[in-house]
Amino acid sequence: MVGVSGAVVLVGGIGEGPVLALDEPLSMWGGLDPATGEIVDRRHPQCGEVVAGRVLVMPHGRGSSSAASVLAEAVRRGTAPAAIVLVERDEILAVGGLVAAELYGASCPIVVVDEAAYAAARRAGRLRVDGSRVG
Amino acid sequence: MLVRLELSERDRDLLDGAGTAAEQLAMRIVVGLAGAMGADRLLDITGAHVDGCLYHGQAGLDYAERLVAGGGRVRVPTTLNVSSLDLLHPHLYRGDPEVGAAGRRLMECYEAMGCEPTWTCAPYQLAARPARGEHVAWAESNAIVFANSVLGARTHRYGDFADIAAAITGRAPAGGLHLDAARAGRMVFDVDAPGLLDVDAAYPALGHLVGSRCGSLVPILVGLPAGTGEDRLKALGAAAASSGAVAMFHAVGVTPEAPTLEAALGGRPPAATHRVRPADLRRARDQLTTAAGPGLDAVSLGTPHYSVRELRRLAELFDGRRAAVPCFAATGRGVLASAADGGVAAALQEAGVDLVVDTCTYVTPVIAADARTVMTDSGKWAYYAPGNLGVDVVFGSMAECVESAVAGEVRRDPGLWSG
Repeated sequence: MVGVSGAVVLVGGIGEGPVLALDEPLSMWGGLDPATGEIVDRRHPQCGEVVAGRVLVMPHGRGSSSAASVLAEAVRRGTAPAAIVLVERDEILAVGGLVAAELYGASCPIVVVDEAAYAAARRAGRLRVDGSRVG
Repeated sequence: MLVRLELSERDRDLLDGAGTAAEQLAMRIVVGLAGAMGADRLLDITGAHVDGCLYHGQAGLDYAERLVAGGGRVRVPTTLNVSSLDLLHPHLYRGDPEVGAAGRRLMECYEAMGCEPTWTCAPYQLAARPARGEHVAWAESNAIVFANSVLGARTHRYGDFADIAAAITGRAPAGGLHLDAARAGRMVFDVDAPGLLDVDAAYPALGHLVGSRCGSLVPILVGLPAGTGEDRLKALGAAAASSGAVAMFHAVGVTPEAPTLEAALGGRPPAATHRVRPADLRRARDQLTTAAGPGLDAVSLGTPHYSVRELRRLAELFDGRRAAVPCFAATGRGVLASAADGGVAAALQEAGVDLVVDTCTYVTPVIAADARTVMTDSGKWAYYAPGNLGVDVVFGSMAECVESAVAGEVRRDPGLWSG
């Protein structure tokens, strides 16, 4: 088991699961179906992959500001990633995670890490993300 | 990298529950957002534009109902983005009635909190818009990029939930694009395509290219003609905010914070410089097209919402002819009222164009479910529709869209892109 704690914690909590390292950033809105957790952006190289229960590792978010709603809805339906690891802050995803925690008490921790930790996270098969401490 | 957040006395009172339950929840979200942004204080905002009124599922409605039940009222003038329904033309909605009812309930929640029922993704086309240097909290990626770049107002990338939280508290984190440091351009695009820059459709193609290459960095465009109009800048920004996370761009000699390249760079050297030639713009245009043959089932225009100028131009291009396939043009109800005054709306109805207001044809079922190929002049629509609607897209100029609508099949103007 490889662990990662956030240099910056956007959303707290602990999440663990198999790693899904994205080759390109994912726009949640228009790119993720919250009913199934499937990537539906046909331009995305990993279209068809399912994010549910996995630790999503991508450099940053992308696209529409409605990503927060899609993430919160995915949390409500249980199709959200177990955690998200980024290299750049993404406040839109952060707010989606914060509101989901307020409404449903369920969390999708989101952390921002440095390049070295990010590279290690991409290579990991499984990852435990600890958004409760700053490492 | 822990930053201590200094809160004002009133911020702390709201957080402690001295105000309404909605103010307390909203302040928790603003404070959480400030932490995510690494901001050390909050600042006052003069207005907000809310995107959370578009129905994406139960979570958005749960949040809005929690705020309404907690006595939520906006503290600053707040406009509303597109919703999932066209209230003026409800017959255009073809979706699930239950989803339609939930979308309507969500719209009512935001109106109940005192937001203005503008229902447009182009709030910068309304009469009241923020001045240069004003701090606002805008959501909707195309509105954010327009506010920062073209108006010189200051908003970070707000999204659903944060927008209304800022409106209810009147506060936003003093971070990101509210501050000078983040507004400096980092990646230069030297656009060397003078012929093509006379073509409207080159601007969404350029936006698509810029967004694909610069991610979340602030791009600087060099070479755009002085006086490049708002419709072109709108199309450019919307496409760049779709293919990338662009929340602000500079166009040297065009946008207010870029009188010179040096000013746009803010005294630092660029991270990278790209040359953009006509072939690059043609490649971007081709990337926005997924359909192969001439077949055409519908035409969708007005993403972001058309301005009065664009509606007038559309009516001129039809020139008394009629669309042979369903043709939709989306706009704000405020713009539609102006267009109706000038007879433009009537001319478009004569041409068989369905004017869609309050919403957008790729966020709600308006286009027939069996439509396979749809043509658009919007880089943003072309980017999102294949995923959202499962259609194939043809991206072209407004004139190509009109000729294709009239012919009932895709018509290209080979001279247009020769630039």
